[in-house]
Amino acid sequence: MSAEEKQALRCLVAKVGLDGHDRGAHVISRALRDAGFEVIYSGLHRAPEEIVQATVQEDVDVLGISILSGAHNTLVPEILEELEEYDALADTLVVVGGIIPDEDETALREAGVNEIFGPGTSIDAMVEYIREHAPER
Amino acid sequence: MSDPELVEQLLAGKHRALARAITNIEDREPGYRELVSALHRHTGGADVIGVTGSPGSGKSTLVDKLAATYRERGLTVGVIAIDPSSPYTGGAVLGDRIRMGSNVGDMDVFFRSMSARGSLGGLSTATADAVTALDAFGKDKILVETVGAGQNEIDIVKTADTVMVLVPPGSGDDVQMLKAGILEIGDVFVVNKADLEGADRTVQELREMIEYQEGGIPGTAGHHGAVASVKESGDSQSDETGEDWQAAIVETVAKRGEGVEELLETLAEHRAYLDASGRRETQARLRYAEKIRTLLREDTNELLAEEIERRGGLDRFVDRVLARETDPYAVADELLEPVEACLDGRRGRE
Repeated sequence: MSAEEKQALRCLVAKVGLDGHDRGAHVISRALRDAGFEVIYSGLHRAPEEIVQATVQEDVDVLGISILSGAHNTLVPEILEELEEYDALADTLVVVGGIIPDEDETALREAGVNEIFGPGTSIDAMVEYIREHAPER
Repeated sequence: MSDPELVEQLLAGKHRALARAITNIEDREPGYRELVSALHRHTGGADVIGVTGSPGSGKSTLVDKLAATYRERGLTVGVIAIDPSSPYTGGAVLGDRIRMGSNVGDMDVFFRSMSARGSLGGLSTATADAVTALDAFGKDKILVETVGAGQNEIDIVKTADTVMVLVPPGSGDDVQMLKAGILEIGDVFVVNKADLEGADRTVQELREMIEYQEGGIPGTAGHHGAVASVKESGDSQSDETGEDWQAAIVETVAKRGEGVEELLETLAEHRAYLDASGRRETQARLRYAEKIRTLLREDTNELLAEEIERRGGLDRFVDRVLARETDPYAVADELLEPVEACLDGRRGRE
């Protein structure tokens, strides 16, 4: 196949739980789109199982979870565990964006989160990180 | 995952394998052809329904409700939703999934977003191959959802057994409908958002357009024919078209699920018609013939592209054409000559 047919990276931008703040997720979705990615946006108030369903079925390279509600310690590991059940965790890059206190970061990373982007992260840095770390398939 | 393993797991009902198979098909990964080949013999069980209509006509919402109703009846569902991609960056936001609220966490509704990927072409091939994967997986109903504009889209819905066209109320006068060329492709017209003002008028306009089309040549069943001749042709029409499908019109309010039962009945009627009339097989034959032609075109193109490259690239030939040393026809003949010679040689040995 010729080089110009190389595939676009697929990303799921997900809002999980009772968290109505979607401005950030919208900005990220657009930025990723403009970087040439295929972005699937979950919409607001999704349950962990919906995120898992979408990640598995859409076969995304990257799952980005946006969470500003403070419930990350419960919801994120739940998603990761279910992904594992579908053998989908190993080859999906999982990143979390939002307000995550420093003391929670280690546990999230141990649960399988690859990177955490807090407030003030530049979009270029994020795009670059995703390009560099997207799983080889 | 190796390809034979992927096929095995897909047939065993692993969602992850189905998802990966569709990715490989979409990205045209090496080996995707063998993959689709291996899946083909396991297909034929699914009923494929194309859903098209302008942006905002309610396709995704209706698809969600249809999927949920099929699930209530114990059927499994696959959905392929195609969204446009940016012609500049190739990027896309695929948003149809947001509307799938009725099928939360139900893995037996397999929903997959696909981007149109601009100039890549072959979207209809990729869609048909993705349908093959869903069919082989064992889905009972496969819904293919796409914005109804342009040849690409029409090619895609042609992969369906039944084509549903959504027409929002107040979508302009009848000229708009003629222009869009949607009348020819629709088996079932759905006036969605039927609670909005103008819905009755849209239904009426559609009905007139369909009847006009069914009536055929103006003059035999046109407005200006004598009363007697209209009656006569009317009679013969009904005899003649006894086995024909007259496009149906159904009104729905998808977000409230209204009209969905009736729509399902109409879809079932069309399915029965396809089987009774033999249309299903005729359509499948046409589809496969077209698919073979497309593949051959792509493959010979690729073969020739290699040959052109080997002989110094197309620019060299273009230079000579510009300098009036040769012409495009002669160049084409020259490049095809080895292929023709090879075929002649083979025929000679037969």
